[in-house]
Amino acid sequence: MKKSVFLGTLAATALLAGFASAGTLEDVKARGELICGVNTGLVGFAAPDANGNWQGFDVDVCRAVAAAVLGDASKVKYVPTTGETRFTALASGEIDLLSRNTTWTFSRDVELKFTFVGVNYYDGQGFMVKKDLGVTSAKELDGATICIQTGTTTELNLADFFKSNNMSYQPVAIQTNAEGEQQYLAGACDAYTTDASGLAATRAAFADPENHVILPEIISKEPLGPVVRQGDDQWADIVRWTLNALIAAEEYGVTSANVDELAKGTQNPEINRLLGAEGNLGEMLGLDKDWAHRAIKAVGNYGEIFAAHIGESTPIGLARGLNAQWTQGGLMYSPPFR
Amino acid sequence: MSDTHAQTELFVRHEMIPPSEPPALETGAIKWLRENLFSGWLNTILTILGLLVVFGLARLFLPWFLHGVWNANSLGECREIIAQTWGPDASGACWAMIRERWNQFMFGFYPRELYWRPVLALLFLLVGLAPVLYSELSSKLVAAGAVIAALIVVLAYNYGVWLPVGMLVTIAAVSAILDARGAKWPRNLLWFSALYPAVAFWLLWGGSVWLPFVAVLGFVLGFIVMRLVSAQLGAILGASAGAVAAVLWWSFGAGPLDEALIGMTGTARPFWLQTVTSDQFGGFVLAFTIGVTGIAASLPLGILLALGRRSDMPLVKVISVGFIEFIRGVPLITLLFVASLLLNYFLPPGTNFDIILRVIIMVTLFAAAYIAEVIRGGLAALPRGQYEAAAALGLDYWKSMRLVILPQALKISIPGIVSTFIGLFKDTTLVVFVGLLDPLKGITDAVRAAIEWKGIYWEPYLFVGSIFFIVCFSMSRYSMYLENKLKREHR
Repeated sequence: MKKSVFLGTLAATALLAGFASAGTLEDVKARGELICGVNTGLVGFAAPDANGNWQGFDVDVCRAVAAAVLGDASKVKYVPTTGETRFTALASGEIDLLSRNTTWTFSRDVELKFTFVGVNYYDGQGFMVKKDLGVTSAKELDGATICIQTGTTTELNLADFFKSNNMSYQPVAIQTNAEGEQQYLAGACDAYTTDASGLAATRAAFADPENHVILPEIISKEPLGPVVRQGDDQWADIVRWTLNALIAAEEYGVTSANVDELAKGTQNPEINRLLGAEGNLGEMLGLDKDWAHRAIKAVGNYGEIFAAHIGESTPIGLARGLNAQWTQGGLMYSPPFR
Repeated sequence: MSDTHAQTELFVRHEMIPPSEPPALETGAIKWLRENLFSGWLNTILTILGLLVVFGLARLFLPWFLHGVWNANSLGECREIIAQTWGPDASGACWAMIRERWNQFMFGFYPRELYWRPVLALLFLLVGLAPVLYSELSSKLVAAGAVIAALIVVLAYNYGVWLPVGMLVTIAAVSAILDARGAKWPRNLLWFSALYPAVAFWLLWGGSVWLPFVAVLGFVLGFIVMRLVSAQLGAILGASAGAVAAVLWWSFGAGPLDEALIGMTGTARPFWLQTVTSDQFGGFVLAFTIGVTGIAASLPLGILLALGRRSDMPLVKVISVGFIEFIRGVPLITLLFVASLLLNYFLPPGTNFDIILRVIIMVTLFAAAYIAEVIRGGLAALPRGQYEAAAALGLDYWKSMRLVILPQALKISIPGIVSTFIGLFKDTTLVVFVGLLDPLKGITDAVRAAIEWKGIYWEPYLFVGSIFFIVCFSMSRYSMYLENKLKREHR
């Protein structure tokens, strides 16, 4: 019974869909909801709380875009995606935006026909070892057994690193992070390797974090950022500049607390253009002048998002490092709002 | 003579000696132990070794279980409590996670204020299953019915909605009327079993009651047309005409009527329930939705495929064999990926073909292929005489199958069918690979991604595994009950 009803509605929607495939912005506005692909669960970046509300660093990008476009950060439908399903979901139009710690690489950008609109987190692969092993550098890991998630770029990075340093290692294949932690704690491997942010979260969750050290070497570049389909430049611009607005807001000292005040007009023309007191940047994007104001109001500036989910005051305790503003020696650099 | 007799028989016992207790070594637990565990030196050694292993395992795991913490807000708190109560080196389970995330394991992201709907759907499922699983009334069944009715009332009271009670009263009233007209309990509930898919759909997904209503009308229409045409032109044409009528109704009649009825009632209660979309399903609500629908739909499909494979009609046979062999030759995960990824490319962009429905279809097809082969085994086990006897009675194909062959073949196939069902139910956890939040891995990983519970490993698996065990074990016990009940051989 269910089948036929569903198939009936399917036929109807298929007919409608034929006419209603305009730009993503129009689709989102017509739907009144942003469909955002997120991780099925990654500490600090995307996870549902006990009430089923999604929270995290990547989730806040979705919320900011929804606030800018729809005026309400809660009008997001989160689609949990796995490593396998994420690109298909985006390419087929099932989601409007993929915000799921996805590494920006050449082939994904060029061959898979996606547009990476920016970087919201610069990550890199690191190692964690037990303190009593006495290792202080990854260069000393010659001959070590290493727990490594199979089928990921981390596996390839690891092979490259050991090859270029003329060292050998024994891989212990694992499927998930949780399994890797378990194997590592049980002593099945000397070192555990994954993205540095993941290592920090893992170490923070151990019963004895003081007995484990994260080695200083970062062996890969993992610029993670939101992704959209290629070919809809207006939508790519909206997501790109929403992210830039969050980064610029931190640079100019605009926070969720003072954004209402600053939106009335300041001495700084850059802030005025960003928040819509001057110029018509919002209209150029196809939105209204308050778009960035709403996004910052809803989730805070980049620094606030970082501090709330993964920063040093949280149990994960990540330092800003590469993700500090360019004025602080980091890589976070928004092009000018002009 | 008599003197002699008096001298030789000094004592004559007039009553039997009461039977004495058997020797202590030949009775009760000791006898059982001697016969089963210590019957020889080899068995004695094995018994002692076995005891040592059990003891070792218990020493390893029992403290972990017993030190379990139920009240804490994070894994760190759990560890603190355990360290405080049992010493710094003690290990213990952190069951508090299950306590805090119980709702997520059960309902996924289903809106909290609507939890009564999936629960009600489950209770009604039991009601709908009663006439299918049990043919006569027993005191246990009456007790179960009373408990379910009480639970429904409590549920309605807790959530402040009276729809469940209204539905319960309707079911009881209609069944009581049927009872008075000759259909005995629990047979008189069969009408509800037939209606249950529509009721469950409405309760789970919500929306207007008229959508499932017009869909059911299609079945009714098809059935009436089939009856009318069959009487005139025979069974095959009748079934085809019925199917065509139903499809025509769903294609052209159902939509306008649905809209007209919705236009009349709008979103007024009790014709409207708040809509819940498929992405809010998760946990055991998802596992049960997929599992129960798959089980219910795969059995009839499997029977048809089994009959098709043994059919004399070449086309039917080729299609059945091709379908069964193809589906059985492909891993379920492949089918799920096809449902989730490949279909997205084939369907026009923007089409929203419900992901749960896609998964249900794939799981059903997969299980149906296995069921078909299990039933074919049952069909093959029947002596040829049974087929010939059915033909000799003048029964046509469908009647001989329905009345003579299938009842016997299905009885033989029960263990295999139930095995397939159990496998299907457990396979529902594979949906995690297409991004649905199954209870075993999807929800568990999502919970672990919260910083409070990161690092927890065994507890969620043990919890979800034990619920799966309860459900699968019940299915297995029911199949044993059914086998015993249907046993006709005198062995």
